Amino acid sequence: MSKRIGMEIALAAAEAAALCRPEVIAAYPITPNTHVPEHLSEIVAEGRLDAEFITVESEHSAMSACAGASGAGARSFTATSSQGLLYMAEILAIVSAMRLPVVMIIGNRALSGPLNIWNDHSDIMSQRDIGWISMFAANGQETVDMTIQAFKIAEHQDVMLPVNVNLDGFQLTHVVEPMFMPDQEEVDRFLPPFKPLAALDPDHPVTLGALGLPDIYAEACKSREVTLLNSKKVILEIWKEWEQQFGRKYEPIESYKTEGAEVLLMTMGSMGETAEMAIDELRQEGVKAGLLKLKLWRPFPFEELQKAVKGAKVLAVTDRCLSYGGAGGPLALEVRSALYAQKKRPAIVNYIIGLGGRDVMVDHFKDMISRAAKADTEKPKEAYEFYGVRG
Amino acid sequence: MAEKKWPEDWQEVNPGCIVFRPGSSRDYHTGTWRAERPVWDNSRCIKCGLCYIFCPEGCISEDADGYFAADLNYCKGCGICAHECWPLAIKMVEEE
Amino acid sequence: MTSVELLALAAIGEGRYAQGFPSFGPERRGAPVEAFNRINDTRIKKRQRIYRPDVVVVLDPGLISLVNVSEGLKPEGLLIINTSKSLKEIEKHIQFKGRIALVDATAIAWKELKVPITNTTMLGALVKMTDVVKLESLNEPIEHRFGRIANRNLAAMKLAYDEVHLA
Repeated sequence: MSKRIGMEIALAAAEAAALCRPEVIAAYPITPNTHVPEHLSEIVAEGRLDAEFITVESEHSAMSACAGASGAGARSFTATSSQGLLYMAEILAIVSAMRLPVVMIIGNRALSGPLNIWNDHSDIMSQRDIGWISMFAANGQETVDMTIQAFKIAEHQDVMLPVNVNLDGFQLTHVVEPMFMPDQEEVDRFLPPFKPLAALDPDHPVTLGALGLPDIYAEACKSREVTLLNSKKVILEIWKEWEQQFGRKYEPIESYKTEGAEVLLMTMGSMGETAEMAIDELRQEGVKAGLLKLKLWRPFPFEELQKAVKGAKVLAVTDRCLSYGGAGGPLALEVRSALYAQKKRPAIVNYIIGLGGRDVMVDHFKDMISRAAKADTEKPKEAYEFYGVRG
Repeated sequence: MAEKKWPEDWQEVNPGCIVFRPGSSRDYHTGTWRAERPVWDNSRCIKCGLCYIFCPEGCISEDADGYFAADLNYCKGCGICAHECWPLAIKMVEEE
Repeated sequence: MTSVELLALAAIGEGRYAQGFPSFGPERRGAPVEAFNRINDTRIKKRQRIYRPDVVVVLDPGLISLVNVSEGLKPEGLLIINTSKSLKEIEKHIQFKGRIALVDATAIAWKELKVPITNTTMLGALVKMTDVVKLESLNEPIEHRFGRIANRNLAAMKLAYDEVHLA
């Protein structure tokens, strides 16, 4: 029976991962994510989880170890942030290409330059094209739920792709808050044992990690892409199963007070919760504003987005990351592309906010919405606005 | 020469490009084109096995009597075995 | 941070909602730190640092001469300070003109815990002054956290609960 507990979210994520009975955990600590692998190592040391915990010397080794373990048929797990994610970048591509269902928790932290350990989305966004399934948690409960869901999604026979669960570093990882933690029996019921496509076994040899010449590479890419796009169907099914078993609903884009909304705000991650307060206040003041909280980043939910923005005049997309030298933040870029072919679409305004852990507050959201509201009649001069930047 | 079965359409590509059938590299005969091939003079051979160790293709094997020969399905005629054979038991002979 | 976590767990144990978090950043034992709580009967949505608290609890008396401990504190709010001095003696360090409560938590901690660590002690003062949680709600989190020395922490907490007073 699920218990209502109070726990630091990073520790809760570790507990949730442990409930999924990973067999190999290879991880390297990095602020703000450290408590996830650290607590898992405690759980293994206490004998609560029978797993091989490999204390690797780098994140590159961590993901390599997970790839090897997954290739040998073991359920594998790791966790990292920021520079650690970049350090394992070359293996990320390989893990998804090889269809190894590794699960990873990312405590989103800004990429260095200047060195910054606080929250933004630049780490995962730098790896957005690499073929992993990506989900964003907005609070402790979603972190716990998505971690458990991630294993089931990754290991589904029609998916067999790695999954990362993103939670905002510090803003979520270091917060103690209430959440319902499922028990082992419930998770065992939800998550069946791992059955890989192929496992390295001297008695039944296979080749994993083959070479692909130019005349086959594109076909291999298409096969991978089709699988990733089709995984959305499986994700929705698994979210339905979750709702039936645990009573909590998940959808790719959660709409908040969007009925009759003329201006919509879109967020990813924990700032969406603060944004809800802004919407509440604006609605009280008679402003027809609504909020879209994106939970599924890859595969991108095109249909759900098109449906969610119907009828709105303006969509203000907030990005906690900037695509340098491009036309704004990754979410806005994705949204603009997703809506380009639509005959009727809202005017899109893009705000870059919260970089490097800068607080995003209720008043900021209200200000963004009130200024974006004119975007359908007065075209904004810039493709995006660096909100709140001094100078 | 064994028949190669390559996937043509994207639907035929194995997931993750996994090769499920073991030993598939045996189907790829690398010895179909050669300028020269190695010939062993067993009267000079001292059965040291250096040719077997150095062959980059791994196609030299030991027979029941302890002498060595190359599997010509895979031998590319690189001549490393002849170069390494210090008793000079191996001679590279031109292919017709 | 310990007090903040215990307070959050106490509220959660009552079936309410809470957030407890440190001032985010690299930390070390012994350096001045801030930690924050939000406590509510319904789900808390705000995810940001607390800029305008209702209550500020100062665990270390030395801090008042180092920083403006009441920065952002709402005028109708409450400042609770661990100090052995009287308000007259420390007034010059304090910008706040509202309600101030004092308790000599360090002395209590020395007596009960034999160390000048006042995190659990000050929780008693906080609860007495604000009723933010029921005092008993702290029992389970403290027992779970401190095990063998839980009783001494609970005793220290109770003493501060009794001794804290408005200046």
